[in-house]
Amino acid sequence: MNPTDGVLELRAVHRTHGGGEAAVYALRGVSLTVAAGEMVAVMGPSGSGKSTLLALAGGLDRPTDGEVLVEGEALGGLTPRELARLRRRRIGYVFQDLNLLGSLTAVENVALPLELDGTGVRAARRLALAALREVDVAGLADRFPDQMSGGQQQRVAIARALVGERRLVLADEPTGALDSQAGEAVLHLLRRRVDAGAAGVLVTHEARHAGWADRVVFLRDGVLVDSTAPLVGVEHLLSGSSR
Amino acid sequence: MSIRHGLLALLERGQMYGYQLRAAFEESTGSTWPLNIGQVYTTLARLERDGLVRPLPENEGGQRPYEITDAGRADLALWFATPISRADRPRDELSIKLALALTTPGVDVRSVVQTQRSATMRALQEFTRLKYASDKPEDLPWRLVLDAMIFQAEAEVRWLDHCETSLVRHRPAPARPMDHPEAVDRAGDEARR
Repeated sequence: MNPTDGVLELRAVHRTHGGGEAAVYALRGVSLTVAAGEMVAVMGPSGSGKSTLLALAGGLDRPTDGEVLVEGEALGGLTPRELARLRRRRIGYVFQDLNLLGSLTAVENVALPLELDGTGVRAARRLALAALREVDVAGLADRFPDQMSGGQQQRVAIARALVGERRLVLADEPTGALDSQAGEAVLHLLRRRVDAGAAGVLVTHEARHAGWADRVVFLRDGVLVDSTAPLVGVEHLLSGSSR
Repeated sequence: MSIRHGLLALLERGQMYGYQLRAAFEESTGSTWPLNIGQVYTTLARLERDGLVRPLPENEGGQRPYEITDAGRADLALWFATPISRADRPRDELSIKLALALTTPGVDVRSVVQTQRSATMRALQEFTRLKYASDKPEDLPWRLVLDAMIFQAEAEVRWLDHCETSLVRHRPAPARPMDHPEAVDRAGDEARR
């Protein structure tokens, strides 16, 4: 594959915790490419390596062996400072616990990563408002987190993950404790961003959420065991159910 | 669901003739259940025989509309009020297959589980894609049909996950000699060494 095709590329990645007999092999030779406009869901039982994979993809952890590339840039070759910068600019994270800062308003929360990165206050606010508009909560820009519902807070958290020009969005059980409608709205938003050209990785144990992905990969004991694409032509399944 | 109750529900909206019923039926089930016009007419004839619908005079185009009767309304109300019995559904081949896989020598049950999970997941992805593409308000009936398929597929995947977890803990009981004579021979060989 052409390096420009994959926004995220994992090449034979291993991650081992500890050594000797006590070594835990979290990932064993995982290779995965996620292209622009593609959403990949990672499924697997607890302890199969899902969260490790996401941490490595986001530069929050380093592989024991193998390489992780984001937009063609090998994370292993970056200084801590360069890595931090790449994480702030190119990668968006959506986690189960929202991590919004309670003392900042919605728009301030979203603008924060930009300001940390040196963007001027006014420009950051403008971009933050655009991101809030994208997730349909621009009207709540000046509210504090405790003045919003769980679903609204999650939208703000997503706006923060998408703000600016992030082309890799990493989500770990992003629907958390939201009800099924609000949870679905979150996936809808991620899907929309991916359709607009980002690459998305969604870690989930819920099949219904993984259903939003173009590709679902299954991890088991740190190894990718299978990968699925949508089954085109399901009409017979639909009609078969009612006959 | 029976076509009978489907047609009764449509006639409850107002009188319709055969072709209109067919079009309305397909529209309200998102074309997931195509009907041929023959099925519509046979069903209408039976409904008429049972006094649940009545034919009206032919219109200028030569089409004969039908309307629902009071008995038809009562039958429809009863249908909506009665849950679908799980016993009416066909036996679940998948659970039987897994149960047999567990007890059949030489079958890798985990791979049977994964094969099924991948297949179900692919269908689930496609249902979701179709749903994502149907976002107009008038698509709601179709989206609900898709939701039903999505939740069923999800339930199956959850059950498969559950099976896999149980398999990890499962230690098969030692085979009895009469089950696996060859296993006993092997054990005997090793004992003699």
